Amino acid sequence: MVERRKAAGGGAAKGPVAVFVATRKGLSVLRADRTRRTWKLSGPSFLGHVVHHAVLDPRDRRTLLAAARTGHLGPTVFRSGDLGRTWKEASRPPAFGKAPAGEQGRAVDHTFWLTPGHASEPGTWYAGTSPQGLFRSEDGGDTWEPLPGLNDDPRYRAWFGSETDGTPDGPKLHSVLVDPRDPRRLVLAMSSGGVHESADGGARWDPLVEGLEVVEGLDPANVAFHDPHVVRQAADPDRLYQQNHCGIYRLDRPSRRWSRVGLHMPASVGDVGFPLVVHPRDADTLWVFPMDGSGVWPRTSPGGKPAAYVSRNGGGTWRRLDAGFPRRDAWWTVKRQAMSADAHDPVGLYLGTTQGEVWASRDEGARFTNVARHLPEIYAVEAAELAR
Amino acid sequence: MRVRIPSPLLSYTGAPAVEASGGTVDALLRDLDRRHPGFRFRMVDEQDRLRPHMRVFVNGALVRDLARPLAEGDDVQIVQALSGG
Repeated sequence: MVERRKAAGGGAAKGPVAVFVATRKGLSVLRADRTRRTWKLSGPSFLGHVVHHAVLDPRDRRTLLAAARTGHLGPTVFRSGDLGRTWKEASRPPAFGKAPAGEQGRAVDHTFWLTPGHASEPGTWYAGTSPQGLFRSEDGGDTWEPLPGLNDDPRYRAWFGSETDGTPDGPKLHSVLVDPRDPRRLVLAMSSGGVHESADGGARWDPLVEGLEVVEGLDPANVAFHDPHVVRQAADPDRLYQQNHCGIYRLDRPSRRWSRVGLHMPASVGDVGFPLVVHPRDADTLWVFPMDGSGVWPRTSPGGKPAAYVSRNGGGTWRRLDAGFPRRDAWWTVKRQAMSADAHDPVGLYLGTTQGEVWASRDEGARFTNVARHLPEIYAVEAAELAR
Repeated sequence: MRVRIPSPLLSYTGAPAVEASGGTVDALLRDLDRRHPGFRFRMVDEQDRLRPHMRVFVNGALVRDLARPLAEGDDVQIVQALSGG
């Protein structure tokens, strides 16, 4: 473990922080100075649009991409070069190829996930869509091309399932991860459809689901039954953490077998949830926000008592973090993209609820404070350091 | 011909009625996209299907087939079938 900690990345961030809050009705932005004590809310941009994800490019700390649609208009991607003051629409948003005559073609319902590409490839982005599709842009999000090695592969087409499988508003491709040591090494996840890796920039993919459980009674050998909620790459990129439908898992490469570290969570809380975030410099530290996965799956904070949990030893033990949260009668749901960490020291944590509240901690979860409320249903929260 | 535009697409056209031309509904929508980039994909998907809540009326009649011929002077109205919350 000591070696892993030493392997962690560079120095802590010191600049001002922004939190991009994507909601069912638009995009809001919270900004703080470098102390992170006071926050100023601006927006919404795209009022009335469903914004599934908004991500700042860490390579220039200025380019912001937002994946949006409305209830009626089709999906698109908006791009801003000035932190959201002005926007341009992608001239070719993510879209599948036109199917040959007589075949049923797929259509992107919404872009769900955005990932900036490798540091050595400025302007490169990846997008995951619903239904499951992987797209790449090499011009800062203006034009997007499908990656046929996944989208059109017969194995993957079978694992995608139908558009009525998966999450209630459509099956999704998410958690696109780029290895900081090699731009060709990619990982992604699909709800449903499992976790997959590529060593050649996305031309060929292979499943990475060994050791993961699926819903009782189903066959874990069937990749289609795997439902990862989110996968994160630790500060040591050989380590992956995963929150999925059945628990919290860890994978240390080159092993291909996940281990369920969530079994060390308190039994009364369990290890089901949507979000999971990692420490930017310590591969052994991660946070989760458990939800009630019993009975009919309320997906709310267990017992109506919201809490994050942190592990400082790679999932071996967990500690409850609920200082500042309501003590009772708080039936929160925090979606998979709605929890984020900044890169300061100590790390700031941010989470958004489906009730439209944003909570922040500037001490790694020791205490949370409410920094925004009365927003629309929150889909995603992304913290980023701004250019100084 | 004159095309009436619903409010969700005004950010593209800037006006509730605009001029466009085409021998079919499909050609008309492609011309609208040339004049107002991005317009078409918001209402027609990549398989050339009208998106679920978009409607096109020609001379007051609902059109589902984008190959429907148009003649100069036809009245074309694009409508968003409001739903949701």
